[in-house]
Amino acid sequence: MSEPILELRGINKSFGPVHVLHDIDLDVNPGEVTALVGDNGAGKSTLVKCIAGIHPTDSGEVLFNGEPVHIKGPRDAAELGIEVVYQDLALADNLDIVQNMFLGRERTKAGLLDETDMEQAARKTLASLSVRTVKSVRTQVSSLSGGQRQTVAIAKAVLWNSKVVLLDEPTAALGVAQTRQVLDLVRRLAEQGLGVVLISHNMNDVFEVADKIACLYLGRMAAVVSTKDVTHGQVVELITAGRSGDLGIARPEAATI
Amino acid sequence: MSSEEASMTDTTEAHEHTHDHDTPQPQGAISDFGIDTTSQSTSEAVRDYWARVRGGELGSLPALLGIVVLLIVFSSLSDTFFTLGNLANLLQQGASITIIAMGLVFVLLLGEIDLSAGTASGVTAAVMALHLIHNGNLLGGMGDTVFYVFCGLLVLAIVLGAVMKVWAGVALSAVALVIAAVGIPANAWLEMLLAVCVGAAIGTITGFLVAKVGIPSFVVTLAFFLVWGGVVLQLIGQGGTLGLRDDTIFNVANGNLNFVGSWALFVIAVGGYAAIVLNRHFSRLRKGLVAQPTSLVLGKIGALAVLAAVITYALSLNRAPSNLIVIEGVPYVVPLVLVLLVVGTFVLDRTSYGRHIYAVGGNKEAARRAGINVERIRMSVFVIASAAAAIGAIVYSSKVGSVDPNAGGGNTLLLSVGAAVIGGTSLFGGKGRLRDAVIGGAVLAIIQNGMGLLRQPAAVVFIVTGLVLLLAASVDALSRRRAATAAR
Repeated sequence: MSEPILELRGINKSFGPVHVLHDIDLDVNPGEVTALVGDNGAGKSTLVKCIAGIHPTDSGEVLFNGEPVHIKGPRDAAELGIEVVYQDLALADNLDIVQNMFLGRERTKAGLLDETDMEQAARKTLASLSVRTVKSVRTQVSSLSGGQRQTVAIAKAVLWNSKVVLLDEPTAALGVAQTRQVLDLVRRLAEQGLGVVLISHNMNDVFEVADKIACLYLGRMAAVVSTKDVTHGQVVELITAGRSGDLGIARPEAATI
Repeated sequence: MSSEEASMTDTTEAHEHTHDHDTPQPQGAISDFGIDTTSQSTSEAVRDYWARVRGGELGSLPALLGIVVLLIVFSSLSDTFFTLGNLANLLQQGASITIIAMGLVFVLLLGEIDLSAGTASGVTAAVMALHLIHNGNLLGGMGDTVFYVFCGLLVLAIVLGAVMKVWAGVALSAVALVIAAVGIPANAWLEMLLAVCVGAAIGTITGFLVAKVGIPSFVVTLAFFLVWGGVVLQLIGQGGTLGLRDDTIFNVANGNLNFVGSWALFVIAVGGYAAIVLNRHFSRLRKGLVAQPTSLVLGKIGALAVLAAVITYALSLNRAPSNLIVIEGVPYVVPLVLVLLVVGTFVLDRTSYGRHIYAVGGNKEAARRAGINVERIRMSVFVIASAAAAIGAIVYSSKVGSVDPNAGGGNTLLLSVGAAVIGGTSLFGGKGRLRDAVIGGAVLAIIQNGMGLLRQPAAVVFIVTGLVLLLAASVDALSRRRAATAAR
């Protein structure tokens, strides 16, 4: 297995008196899907926001490509190649796919938008992900289905040559067929050599695409296990009780927020 | 197709070093976008357009149909409506509303509103007139207190603009301050520049309050609507009127290009349009991107050229009502509106700034996460709107040759917003184009002019104008609903 692209070491985060993350360690490997699971309030979204630079961490270190880095804001994260696909899809409905994929980072030629160049790049990216569902890259986002929107949001991350993509519940509001599309896409991201972190509540999704599963329990990393070594039931126990047989934290009953 | 395949391989290779196993070559993907790479046939292009119209993307289609209907109705009811003299007059009457509406489109695109554009334009007209009448001595024209407050506000606008890095607002406000403070003798061009700069300064203050302080634009501009109305009254004085006795200013709305100028305008306008459209068309074809059929593009250019030639020819005929004078040529307001239209459309469609305006209007949060400075964009549109309102003020003051205390008051603003909305700009933001304002402005000008010729009382004119606006807003709301259902 290759070196981790992103390593978290002893991350702590408090919001005032509430200690949300306790000494979190996590490795994200390139070419792998790491699922981040946990009950509501376990700290999944907070962890993602810390990685994305939206929340500063209190202590602990982040290593990117083996080098310690300080992520102070979303821009720092983006420069490193860490891209977040948010649950509530950050797309503008009135713009088309190309315009959305390049939003905020438009390519210009002599100060003017280089539409043809952007269109070609967007088409290339979508094609490399084998996205088959959109007829034209000039379709307005408002006329896309939920799954297609999610696809565009994820493809945007790929377009920017991201190294790590964090997906916050990408299938939460999707139907069966659309979930299928998005999961295929997640898998393809990993195949392209990206490190993928997938937050999900859906065990079926997790077992389908993830290479390893990181279980958060009340802000602690209960266990990081390889998907093929665990069963559905064990993961559910880890999520709900923080412990399953030999796995998990030693005395979950002593854990407090 | 082959270049597409080659570039595809590039993408795969780029990721090769991190690969554990082979990525399947996405062969299918190329054919999936096949439909997107070929050029369309004319029938496909027409069908595509029709599908979009049915899907609720009406654009300015209803307004264009409205213009045709109105032209037919008024021509049949009135003998004088479809005369050269009246049509030229129509252009001059509609110009100021159209120009103010063009500025408002920027604000409406963000889903905001500028209710103060009308009275703000009155302030700029009054300052322009004072500067002209008092030969550059604004201190004498305004009186001590008012003048110092005026300069204070300009300084404030510079500071606020600098805080938000809206440099256009800073620069124009600074120019206004220099002109006011130095007291350069009257010069028509200088006065017009001063008006635009004062407009920009007003917009900077409005924009700051909306974007940075966070007061809803409706409230800020409602307050300023009253404030500027009062300021105009203060500057001009109760019952007074400031006459604009200057040929250059008078000619803005009343003068015409000469014969050569008229046809030069025709050549530049049509030639420029053809050059831009054809350049884009062939560069898309060359890169294998979807493009409209060449015949359709040429047809569009040809149709525009013929229409423009007919209008230019008609306007270059003598249209004077008596034999004693000669009135001929394209009115100056036509190139003025055209230039503003072209520049504004260019900014909206071809620059990152324009793209960001649409993005903020469509989804503010998405724009923020994409790294766009949303506050700065929101502030800047008010600067544009007020500066455009000042240009509108120059035109309407020129038309009547004076500035009275009611300048920019009354219906000025409401008609301008109406023009933008009738043309197809959405009040919900994110949807609209600059040409909407021109088309909507034409609808309103035709109604006002035609009703006047039919000797209808003001009451009827107001009611009809209001109903047309209501109709336009309903079309917007319904087409939006249709588009929303189509998306499901």
